[in-house]
Amino acid sequence: MVKYIGKRIVYMFITLFLIATASFFLMQTLPGSPIASYNKLNDTQKAIVEKKYGIDKPKPVQYAIYMKNLAKGDLGTSFVFKGKSVNDLLATRLKPSLILGAQAMVFGTIVGILLGMLAALKHNTFWDYGSTFFAILGISIPSFVFASLLQYWIASEWHLLPVGLWNDGWKSSVLPSLALAMGPLALSARFIRTEMIEVLNSDYIMLAKAKGANGFEIAFKHAFRNALIPLITVLGPLAAGLVTGSLVVEQIFAIPGIGEQFVSSIMTNDHATIMGTTLLFSAFLIAVIFIVDILYGVIDPRIRVSGGKG
Amino acid sequence: MKRSKWLILMALTLVLSMFLAACGGSKNEEKPAADGDDKDKDAATEEKKHAKDEDGEPDAEQVLYLAESAAIPSVDSSIVEDQVGFNVLNNINEGLYRLNQENIAEPAMAAEEAEVSEDGLTYTFKLRDAMWADETPVTANDFVYAWQRAIDPATGSPYGPFMMSGVVKNATAISEEKMEVSELGVKAIDEKTFEVTLERPVPYFLSLMSFGTFYPLKEEFVASKADAFATNSDNLLSNGPFVLTKWDGTGDSWTYVKNEHYWDAENVKLNEIHVNVVKDSATAIKLYQDGKLDRAGVSGDLAMQYRDDEEAVLQSETSVFYFKFNQERDGKETPLANENIRKAIAKSFEKEDMVDVVLANGSLAANFLVPTNFAFDENEKDFRELSGNYLEYNVEEAQDHWKKGLEELGVESLSLEILGGDTELSKKMDEYFKSQLESNLEGLKISLKEVPFSVRLDLDGNQDYDIQVSGWGPDFQDPISFLDLFVTDGTNNLMSYSNPEYDKLIEDSKGDLALKPQERYEAFAKAEKILLDEDAAIAPIYQRGLIFLHKPYFKGLVDHPFGADYSYKWAYISGK
Repeated sequence: MVKYIGKRIVYMFITLFLIATASFFLMQTLPGSPIASYNKLNDTQKAIVEKKYGIDKPKPVQYAIYMKNLAKGDLGTSFVFKGKSVNDLLATRLKPSLILGAQAMVFGTIVGILLGMLAALKHNTFWDYGSTFFAILGISIPSFVFASLLQYWIASEWHLLPVGLWNDGWKSSVLPSLALAMGPLALSARFIRTEMIEVLNSDYIMLAKAKGANGFEIAFKHAFRNALIPLITVLGPLAAGLVTGSLVVEQIFAIPGIGEQFVSSIMTNDHATIMGTTLLFSAFLIAVIFIVDILYGVIDPRIRVSGGKG
Repeated sequence: MKRSKWLILMALTLVLSMFLAACGGSKNEEKPAADGDDKDKDAATEEKKHAKDEDGEPDAEQVLYLAESAAIPSVDSSIVEDQVGFNVLNNINEGLYRLNQENIAEPAMAAEEAEVSEDGLTYTFKLRDAMWADETPVTANDFVYAWQRAIDPATGSPYGPFMMSGVVKNATAISEEKMEVSELGVKAIDEKTFEVTLERPVPYFLSLMSFGTFYPLKEEFVASKADAFATNSDNLLSNGPFVLTKWDGTGDSWTYVKNEHYWDAENVKLNEIHVNVVKDSATAIKLYQDGKLDRAGVSGDLAMQYRDDEEAVLQSETSVFYFKFNQERDGKETPLANENIRKAIAKSFEKEDMVDVVLANGSLAANFLVPTNFAFDENEKDFRELSGNYLEYNVEEAQDHWKKGLEELGVESLSLEILGGDTELSKKMDEYFKSQLESNLEGLKISLKEVPFSVRLDLDGNQDYDIQVSGWGPDFQDPISFLDLFVTDGTNNLMSYSNPEYDKLIEDSKGDLALKPQERYEAFAKAEKILLDEDAAIAPIYQRGLIFLHKPYFKGLVDHPFGADYSYKWAYISGK
C-alpha cells in the first residue's frame, strides 16, 4: 500500500508538471498584451515596459524562470493586481469559495443520498417519483437559475437572508451554498437510487433477508455501501470543481471568491494568475482523484489495490 | 476497473459541462466599460436631479454605501492605469489642482493659481500648508520625486510616459532611456515652491494637474515601504479628503474614512464610505432596493427596464464611439480606401433609433468626434458650438456615394467585416448595423466578428479588420485628446488614414497656435470637419451615457468628465 501511494504521488507531480508546461505555452498563444494601456505608448516605451515585466525574454527562458519559481512554490506576480503575488491573491480569494464549496458538498450529498435511498426503498411509489422529479430538476437547471430564484424570493422578497456580499458572517454563505448544492444533491440522489435498486435486487440481499437481517441493516450495511462506489467516483471531481469556485454564483451574490478570477485573468492576459488558478484547480482535481482511489479500497475490499496482482 | 474509468471520464465531463454552462450563463459582464476602448477614463457631466442639489441639512450619521465594478488593481499613483484605481486616488490623494464641483480645475495642493511664464513654458506653483496623514508637510520635493518616479523606466509606468511625453521637458527621452531621470523639467525651488518646465506650451496643462499620475509622493515613506508600498491600505499615505482602510490589496471591499489632517477637512462631510465590488448589475440593483447600496449602476438590458424609474439618474459620459475604416489590410488597399464607400457607410445607419432602442441607456447619437459638454473655449462656450455636425444619417446621399464608389472600384458588390466587442450589448448593436447597412446599400454583405476586448486591441494593432466599432475616453480636457488619435503616425490611427492638411492643423495647435486659444479652437473645428465631412475617415456613432439608481438622500456627489470618475469630497447624506 505504501509503495502504491508513493508511486501515485510521483505520478501526481508528473501530471502537474505536464499541465503547467502545457498551460504555459497555450497561454502564450492568447492574443493581446497583459499591459492594459499598451495602445498609449510608443514602441520604445512599450519595449521598456515589457522588459520591466520580463515578457520581452524568449518564451523558453520565461518558461524556465517560471518553473524554477514554481518549484519553490512561488506562483509569480500578477499583472493586473500590480506588484501583488499570485500566492496571496489565491489565498485570500480561495477562502470564500472553499467555504461555499464545502458547505454545498456536505449539504448536497447528505440530502441527495437520503432522497436517493428514500426513492430506492420506496421504489415506484409517490416518494420515488417525487425524488426523481426533484433530481431531474436539479440536474437540468443550472445553478445560476437557482441562485437567482433564491436571491429573489428569500432575500429580496422575504428579507430572510442577505441579497449578497460577504460581510454578514454565516448568513452571507447560506444562499450561495444552497444554489451550489443543487448539483451534487441531484447527482447523488440519482446515483444512489439507481445503484440501490440494482443492489436490492441482487442475490446477497435476498440472502441477508433470508438470514433475518432487518430492513435498516439491509439498507445501510449492505445496499448503501455497495451503491456508494460509483457515486464517489463522480462526486470527487465535482467537489474539486465546487471548492475552486463558481463564476456565476459568485457574481450573482457578489462573493469575493476565486471562480471569477479564473475567467477574468484569461480575459486580461494576466499570465501569472492564469497559471496560478489553472494549477490550483488541477492540483485539487488530482488530489481528489487520488483520494477517491484510496476510498474505493476502504469501501469495497474487492477493489483494494495492494492485495495481490491483477 | 473498466467501469470506474468510464465513471471518471463521465465525472470529468460533468465537471467540464458545469463550467461551460457557467460561462454560457454569464450575461453579466455587460459593464458598459467593456465596449469601450478605455479602461482609463470617461466619466461625466451630469444631468441628474438630486446629486448636485445643495438643499437639506446633513444628517448626524454620515455613512455611505457604494458598489464598484471591479477590484482595485493598484493605488500606486505611478502605476495606476484603470478607472477604479484613478477613482480611489482622487479621493485619498490630491494633486496641485483638483476638479471642483463645476468640473473646473482649481488650486488644491497649490495655494493659488500657478504663475505662468510669458512663453507658456514655465509654471511655478506655490504650495499650500497641507499635511500628509502622518502629519508631515507636503513639500515641493514630494512632487519632484513623484513625477520623476512616474517617468523613470525602472518603474514601468504606462501612464507616466503617456501623460508626460511631449509635455514635460525631456520626458520622452527619459522614458526611452536616452536621458537621466534627474533631467526631467521639474525643480523644487524651495520647500514650498515647485517649478515645471515644459517641452512646448500646453494650453490644457493645468487640467492635467488634477490627474492621478501627477500627484505627490513622500519619498521617505515610499522608500521605507519598498516593494510593499501601496500593496494594501496599511502601506499608503494620504493627503486627500479620505484615508483608505480595510483594503487587503486584492480583495473586493474597502472603506474610506475621513482624513482629519486634510487641509479642507471642514468641508468633508462623510465620515465613512463602504465600498464593495459588485460585478453583476442585477445584483447591484437588488442590493440597492434592499437598502444595502446608495447608488447602483444599471447596465445592458436592464437599462431599458429602469430608465423611467423614479430614482434613475442619467449620466452622460465623454466617451465617444465610432467606426474605424481600415484603408489597408495585409499590405493591400481595402475597398474602404475609397472615400465614397466610407461616406456611404457612414451615412447609411439611423443613429437616433440605435441609442433609443438598442442602447436605451441615455447615450446620445453622435455626428461628431469631440464630445458635447467636454471642452470649452475661453468664453466657456462648448467646443461643439464652434464645430459642426457631420456625417448625419441620410440614405439618399449614402446611396449616391455608394453607387459612385462601386463604379470607381469597378465592382458590383462588396463583402466587409465589422469587428466588435463580445458583450451582449455590442452584439445587439452589431446586428443593428448589419441590418441597416445591408438594407440601405445594395450589394453590401456584412459579416460580424465579435471578440473580447484584448483580442480586439490585438487585431487593431495589426490592422487586421475592415470596419471596427471603437471608442475613446479622454484623459484630459482638450479636443486634442480626441483629434490627436488620427494624425498620420498616431499610435491609435492603425487604419492608414493620412491627410497632410489634418496633420498640419494638429501640429499647429501644438506649436504656433498654442498660446492663441481662439485660433487654436478654430483649427480644431477645421480639423474635425476634414476628418469627418471631407474624408469620412471614421464614422461617429454615439456618445455614451449611463443610468444609475441614486438614493434621493445621497447628495453632493460630483462626477468628472475626465480623469477620475467621482469626487466624494463634497458628498453627504441628508434625510435618510
